[in-house]
Amino acid sequence: MSVPLKPLNSASAEPATSPGRWTYAKKQLKRNLGLYIIITPAVLYFLIWHYWPMYGVQIAFKDFMPGLGIWNSPWVGFDHFERLFNAYYFWTILKNTLGISLYGLLVGIPAPILLALLFNELRSRKFRSFAQTISYAPHFISVVVAVGILFFFISPTNGVFNSILVALGGQPKDFLAEPSNFWHLYVWSGVWQGIGWSSLIYSAAISGISPDLYEAAYMDGASKLRRIWHITLPGIIPTIVILSILSAGGIMSVGFEKILLMQNAMNLETSEVISTYMYKSGLLNTQYSFSAAVGLFNNIINFIILIIVNAVARRVGETSLW
Amino acid sequence: MLLNIKRTPGEKLADAILLVLAILITIVILYPLLFVLFASFSDPRQLWDKPLLLYPAGFNLDSYAKLFENSEIWRGYGNTLLYALTGTAINIGMTVLGAYPLSRKRFYGKRLFTMLFAFTMFFGGGLIPLYLVNKQLGLLNTMWALVLPGAISAYNMIIMRTYFQTRIPDELEESAYVDGCNDFQMLYRIVLPLSMPIIAVMILFYGVGHWNSYFDAMIYLTDREKFPLQLILREILVQNDFKEMAGISVGAEYADQMMVKEGLKYAIVVISALPLLLLYPMLSRFFEKGIMVGAIKG
Repeated sequence: MSVPLKPLNSASAEPATSPGRWTYAKKQLKRNLGLYIIITPAVLYFLIWHYWPMYGVQIAFKDFMPGLGIWNSPWVGFDHFERLFNAYYFWTILKNTLGISLYGLLVGIPAPILLALLFNELRSRKFRSFAQTISYAPHFISVVVAVGILFFFISPTNGVFNSILVALGGQPKDFLAEPSNFWHLYVWSGVWQGIGWSSLIYSAAISGISPDLYEAAYMDGASKLRRIWHITLPGIIPTIVILSILSAGGIMSVGFEKILLMQNAMNLETSEVISTYMYKSGLLNTQYSFSAAVGLFNNIINFIILIIVNAVARRVGETSLW
Repeated sequence: MLLNIKRTPGEKLADAILLVLAILITIVILYPLLFVLFASFSDPRQLWDKPLLLYPAGFNLDSYAKLFENSEIWRGYGNTLLYALTGTAINIGMTVLGAYPLSRKRFYGKRLFTMLFAFTMFFGGGLIPLYLVNKQLGLLNTMWALVLPGAISAYNMIIMRTYFQTRIPDELEESAYVDGCNDFQMLYRIVLPLSMPIIAVMILFYGVGHWNSYFDAMIYLTDREKFPLQLILREILVQNDFKEMAGISVGAEYADQMMVKEGLKYAIVVISALPLLLLYPMLSRFFEKGIMVGAIKG
């Protein structure tokens, strides 16, 4: 925050007591009146569509009845949470949620970094920008279409993968019906769609590194690999850390819009995650309170992981979100 | 980089390997898209026998001809256009209004407002409480349920605030005040004209989001006439469900019908994804710039 400019004679006379502060605040409020009016729509937006749902989250501890409303519905304490934790499928969906997202992070964080490093080493600028532009084309495709294209490739009747398999003398397979394939299909189709786009931010960070450093390293006889290791990588470490913290914070919220599309009755045991379960119990079966409890559990775990990762990063790497 | 320095034979070899690797990766990323394009122009029967395409098999336009007879897809297209335009207009207006005050040093309470907004990036009420809010507001089965709840992305707003901070110095503002400009004129006459690059980026970010989303429409809309394109696509591509597919003759053999349907799918994907895939390379410079602004620091 800025220090306000004050007339010289009052600079020392500003009292630290509350009436003085109050007049100061009043003066500031009046001076910025226009800005407060401008920001009002945004404030209303966040109150209505972000803080009101946070108020509504109390139904996770109540038996919500639409007729009674949020406030008047009776309290039930932790009943819904107990029901969730004691359900036989709880450990399965927790395992799937964590498994799919950790797998996704393990592949999804390094892949775009490697791609950005690779593009940076290309000598032809023209080809580099061409390849980079191609690489993020899939980002602009909707999740529905991306899953549709995936189905074209893995279709058991006329899929590209099966035609290769048959050409090599194998038997055609129904990849999506095999539960053990689900995680791989989900994660790697995600890499296909996201790698180019995610690498852009690293490319931007790399282009900010001073060329002098490379010149100097070259003069000292550093090899290509050493230049990457000692100059390029350290140059983008802060970006890597920030993005990794953010994706770690989303660990419990795997992209359930895509999972919902890829799910079928045969792969449910590896594809059901907390968020898809929440959607089904809440909106399809209208168990609002139970579903809100599932969602709240999810969000709290997420938030805690974010705070822990951020704290670790601050301590170890001196980079953090706040 | 280092273009003027002589390379050793080993380095030349390494560069060649990297180039080949980059070409391979580019092909792998591009092929699925090309495949769909080729398949959409292919004869469905030939495609069925030999799906791995390097060029259209038996070039024909039947799939597109069938597509043009389907009214539901075009209605979905129209709906998507309406939702994307309205939604993006709301997004831009709201984001600018939120970002501008936060970018001013003199704005008393800046920290408080920033915290109020940024907190929502990390914690939220969840799907069901949000659904209940929209229900209570009477937004169910209206387009407003698709465009209002996501009116501002806190992340985009912070990017825009950073842009205003760095591009519109407080000095400029002060001189405008001396000339008798108030906050509203300031925003409209000075800030907006100077911020067109970031606004272009935001139009693209938000616009792509609206064009491609299906989930909100799925949970909030019940009338088929209101369905956006992505929801229709979901039925056809994912659930394999062709409702009122005109143009598929009833008498035809079952296998034949199925092949025609498969051919249609490719054409539908091309038609739905084409606008963005044609648009983005032209705007790629803006995108890359926008990402850099975001990279400066939140």
